[in-house]
Amino acid sequence: MNKKKSQSYVGRAVKDYFTQNWGILLGLLILCVIFSVFGNNFLTQKNILNLLRTCATNCFLAIGVQMAIILAGIDLTGGALAALSGVMTVAAFQWWGFPVQIAVILGVAIGAVIGLLNGVIIAYTGIHPFVVTLAMQSFCRGTAYLVANGSPVTAYGNAGFAKIGQGSLGPVPLPVVYMIIFLVLDYFFLNKTQTGRHIYAVGGNEVSARFSGINVKKIKILVWTISGTLAGFCGVVLASRLASGQPSTGEGYETDAIAAAVLGGTSFFGGTGSVGGLLIGVLIIGLISNGLNLMHVNSYWQYVLKGIIIIAAVYVDMVKQKKQNAAK
Amino acid sequence: MQKELLRMENIVKTFPGVKALNNAAITVHAGEVMGFMGENGAGKSTLMNVLGGVFPADSGEIYIEGKKVEINSIHESQALGVAFIHQELALEPYLTIAENIFLGREIKNSLGLVSKDKMAEAAKPFLERVGLTVDPNEYVGRLSIGQQQMVEIAKSFSLNAKILILDEPTSSLSEKEVDVLFDTVRDLKKQGMGIIFITHKMAEVFQLCDAVTIMRDGEFMGSRQSSECTDSELISLMVGRDLGNYYVRTYNEPGKVMMEVKNINAGKRAVDCSFQVRSGEILGFYGLVGAGRSELMKAIMGLDPMDSGEIFLNGEKIKEHNPMHMQKHGIALVPENRKTEGLLLNSSIKFNMTLAVLDKFIKKLVVNTKTEDEITDDGIEKLHIKTPSSLVNCSTLSGGNQQKVLLAKWLATNPKILILDEPTRGIDVGAKAEIYTIINNLAKQGLAIILISSEMPEVMNMSDRMIIMREGHIMGELRHDEYEQERILKYAMGVSNNE
Repeated sequence: MNKKKSQSYVGRAVKDYFTQNWGILLGLLILCVIFSVFGNNFLTQKNILNLLRTCATNCFLAIGVQMAIILAGIDLTGGALAALSGVMTVAAFQWWGFPVQIAVILGVAIGAVIGLLNGVIIAYTGIHPFVVTLAMQSFCRGTAYLVANGSPVTAYGNAGFAKIGQGSLGPVPLPVVYMIIFLVLDYFFLNKTQTGRHIYAVGGNEVSARFSGINVKKIKILVWTISGTLAGFCGVVLASRLASGQPSTGEGYETDAIAAAVLGGTSFFGGTGSVGGLLIGVLIIGLISNGLNLMHVNSYWQYVLKGIIIIAAVYVDMVKQKKQNAAK
Repeated sequence: MQKELLRMENIVKTFPGVKALNNAAITVHAGEVMGFMGENGAGKSTLMNVLGGVFPADSGEIYIEGKKVEINSIHESQALGVAFIHQELALEPYLTIAENIFLGREIKNSLGLVSKDKMAEAAKPFLERVGLTVDPNEYVGRLSIGQQQMVEIAKSFSLNAKILILDEPTSSLSEKEVDVLFDTVRDLKKQGMGIIFITHKMAEVFQLCDAVTIMRDGEFMGSRQSSECTDSELISLMVGRDLGNYYVRTYNEPGKVMMEVKNINAGKRAVDCSFQVRSGEILGFYGLVGAGRSELMKAIMGLDPMDSGEIFLNGEKIKEHNPMHMQKHGIALVPENRKTEGLLLNSSIKFNMTLAVLDKFIKKLVVNTKTEDEITDDGIEKLHIKTPSSLVNCSTLSGGNQQKVLLAKWLATNPKILILDEPTRGIDVGAKAEIYTIINNLAKQGLAIILISSEMPEVMNMSDRMIIMREGHIMGELRHDEYEQERILKYAMGVSNNE
């Protein structure tokens, strides 16, 4: 009896997932069909794992960016912060003689500190998150170049560090493993904890959240700190994969992260957005790069296409909102 | 007597479920300041909105300078010489005075470009008429509220207004600014304008107005020359509403004091307020709109800053004063505006109802969905919320059902003290009766209830005791056997009760 009930619960969740996301799922499917017909070697194990690996780094940032958007805010710091964290990590063990483990922790911690700073400024000054995180992006990029003296800090010959981004668990690349772990944690955090629900509540109606006894400032600080920490981790993984801390890395990563969140149905009005939707968004963005490469399309077209997709996705969200408002 | 400028007669206006105006009327002559009074919800603003073209009346006649007219839009109203100056000023802060005056009718130079100089020049005579000696190129955002009002009036001149509606113009002015405004109004009167002056302040009627028109429950109650009437006479015209029979209240002997507040000060919003409320008691808070009742409660809850004062819950003094802590002590505030302060409209009933009690069913990473559903179902059942499921968005519910969701949300916290701010605003009669039944039952169960309402019959029928506020001050406190509409309104309007 009990088992049957839990099965029906899972069944309902799966059904909900499809009814909520059928639009983008269909898009994902169509892209897959196009690429497997016109691209070379699209449906090979090697390519799919490769695709997932590129998705992973975007996903780290997208998880944080989505949370910021759920709060009716934004985080534009991600790419530059990843670069800073990568540079600092490699510099720490190559130049400054720290053990690799400590260097990695340092890299992630820098992400956390910058994120915390974003959160505190946003929560206490009331400056719009767009401005704060845009300024912090410039700050991080500049610091990354300063620390690295303008050129990449190489990390050759350190097998332990290389493993973080290049290693694999069986056939699955480690970054993909991290991605799965983060998505699961993200899902539980947003759906199964008080704090997660408070994030939705603050984003949906800040005044109402305050009346409900929610510490709005704390929630804001937490979200940008999480986002920064993930960007820091993203930087470590990237540096490991490239075997160097490159101050120019992560350029435009924010755009991909925002595109993934928006495609996944996260509304800029705040208060909505699901982890399941985000996953599809991340996959679609990854697919576009991967598939177009396989079809030998000039990579500049990818930027053009992503731009179009963001506007289309936001427009669909607006139409949805209007319909909801009309139903009042 | 001067010639008649405006006559509105037999105006009827119905909103879904409410007859807002029924046989409303007002007449204004050239060179006359007509005071316009009535209780909250008497229909003053509705009638002025009809005149201002915000929405048309269902039926009735409007004559301007003796000619019958129809007003279907704000534009038509302006063309007929009506200027409506709202309580919330509608100027652009980042434009200059001159640009505001000519907004949408900009003066251009020979090249077809907007000419700041020409507009500033053209604005000067209008500003002189209202006695405003500020550079027309000054930004409006830098002016005081009083000066901004003058700009609005100057703008109405540029539109050739003959009839000026001022909606509680003194409510956010300093005393000095009020004097300036009154001088200007007297000047305009000499220039032959007709002025409708909406106010809640008795003194202003006798100080400024030539005559006064009174409304009650959407109906014209009468007009008096202010030199020939007394404040008591006006108040008796304003009250005397039908008290209705859908109130549900059974008296219970109040228990111990649940909350006592002493000398609460919060800026001008609350001045030296003290009161107590007992278990099983409903304490009413009456006052005219803007009297500071909601503000006092927000300060008590820690939602707004409090300058000084002490709060005792269950005899214990509160040290940590913030909304979370107050909630833990069993005090819940159901806010006044369910759309902006209360609910997340685009979230489900379930999400809203459980938001304040997440700790009851989320432990670490385990969500006890059974408890969650129980809380939701319990609320839906007990408060008779009409909905196909607990998963629908609150935006799809009727006002009454939204209010019930909000109430259920706070009842789920098992409060001992419940503050209800305008719990029946904007909901239909049937839903009102249901809410009254719920409130009555809660009092029976021993909750201490504070009921804030701007509807006098509601407070009179539902409360055991009533506190009346005005401009942040507690003006008086009455026991149930002392309730008398005129007496209550006198407190609320600041008229002395010693006659």
